[in-house]
Amino acid sequence: MVASPALQVSGLTRSFGGLPALAGVDLELRPGEVVGLLGPNGSGKTTLINVVSGVYRPTSGKVELLGHDATGRAPERLVRLGLNRTFQTPRPFRPLSVLENVQVALRHGRDARQSPEEILDLCGLGGQGGLPAESLNSSQQKRLDLARALATAPEVLLVDELAAGMRHDELDGAAELLRKLAAAGRALLVVEHLMGFVRQVTDRVVVLNAGTTIFAGSLEEASEDPHVVEVFLGA
Amino acid sequence: MSSIAQRLRAGAGAVGRRPRRQVVGDVLLVVVPPAGFLVASLVYNNQLLLLTMMVYVALAQGLNVIFGFTGYLPFGYVGFFGAGAYGTALSVHFLHAPIALAILLGGLAGLLVAALLSPLLRLTGAYFAIASLAAAEALYYLISNPQLTAVTNGPYGVNLASVYNSGAAYLAAVVLVGVAMLCVVWVRRSHFGMALRAIRADPLAARLAGVNVVRARTIAWLISATLAGLAGAIYAWAVSVFYPEAVFDLSISVFAIVFALFGGVGTVLGPLLGAVILYGVYNYIGVSQPQDFQLIYGVLIVLIVLFLPNGLLSIRLRRLWRGR
Repeated sequence: MVASPALQVSGLTRSFGGLPALAGVDLELRPGEVVGLLGPNGSGKTTLINVVSGVYRPTSGKVELLGHDATGRAPERLVRLGLNRTFQTPRPFRPLSVLENVQVALRHGRDARQSPEEILDLCGLGGQGGLPAESLNSSQQKRLDLARALATAPEVLLVDELAAGMRHDELDGAAELLRKLAAAGRALLVVEHLMGFVRQVTDRVVVLNAGTTIFAGSLEEASEDPHVVEVFLGA
Repeated sequence: MSSIAQRLRAGAGAVGRRPRRQVVGDVLLVVVPPAGFLVASLVYNNQLLLLTMMVYVALAQGLNVIFGFTGYLPFGYVGFFGAGAYGTALSVHFLHAPIALAILLGGLAGLLVAALLSPLLRLTGAYFAIASLAAAEALYYLISNPQLTAVTNGPYGVNLASVYNSGAAYLAAVVLVGVAMLCVVWVRRSHFGMALRAIRADPLAARLAGVNVVRARTIAWLISATLAGLAGAIYAWAVSVFYPEAVFDLSISVFAIVFALFGGVGTVLGPLLGAVILYGVYNYIGVSQPQDFQLIYGVLIVLIVLFLPNGLLSIRLRRLWRGR
């Protein structure tokens, strides 16, 4: 039996000053599934994440989260419903310590009984809880973003370019972590440009171009799809 | 790793599992300043100066709650002070409330004005600062309006001589300092304060950490205004006769802001040190150099802003973060 979708996006549009950044995106994410969201720069990947996570209100369309209508809800409401995200450019609470960053999210998330130290360990930040967040390097700050999102106990996680800027030896660990999160039943939408990482992590991919979905299927099929090839290679 | 850096690590998980030494430190922060003012009144006979200094400690700490922990700078902070002064005066005149109750009603007046003005929190930065200033000015013109003479006595001021008691007012100010310190210690150490600092650092990321940003800011705003209301109430009692322009004087806002900034906003000790040192210096220069004291005081503030933009306590904090 196929599980019902954790996240369902239907006909989602978002315009900025009359210019459509999303022009009718459909997307479905099931528990335990990792879906890659691909597309060239400006295709609407981050806008989609921003709209789904409540940062922007959609111009039209519908977002359903775990059976609830989540269209245009405020970010903190969506967090309580079970959704969270990370940022392309990490946004730690810089004056707080690493541990305090996670504690804030634990306190206001869905399950305050989790151990902040275990979450930091899981994200490769074990033993660094006492450091000021601003002292972390970019890759560590991305993992702190992820740790903070996990601290709210999300069932749907939107991950925006986690691997970008990571060293090669860190990529395997990041991929393993995302697979582990999915194995625990979470639904993940992963925006990424590194194809090796996408191959390692995702079950299937959705390709956006100019705010519309141009492909949905496996990565292998995508690499053979003429429209996708044209968008990426300009052939 | 240096011992200071290790101490920082150990103390980082402060909320919920605080080391005994930190608890003792917090108790001292709440108890020592009021005790100090009690002792000071025994060795220094200008009680009105000390009382005004305590009022500024409370104002600087109240401002610290909203500005230091959320980044909102209310230039019209004096509006809550004036509301507290008039809330107390009107409670005495019309409700014949005992002075202790009248002071609490003064605090309530500050809180109610803040609740009415809470939509201002939708604004940010300079817009918020200017809007709060405009609101304080509007309140001043409302209270000093001659058409309201039957209620507020309009521009002719208020007389509280019937309840005047300088010794009791001094003790009330001592308690106020303790309450202000307690509020800031609580905000600094609590989950609530941690959420406020997160909001100040990045409001969107705070919302995605599940923090209800609007509610947290509003609570900080109300706490801050209540402290100012109580300060205004006690000041009104202590001086017993005052005019609207005296309790809605913009320089009260400016002093509270400068004192808090001088010590260091977002800290517990900073605004206390700022108010005590700068108000002390202000009065010392005022007596010793009466012709030049505005000039000297102005230059002093400019130097502080130039060389210590994060306040007096930033010297210590900078060293701690560097692990020296």
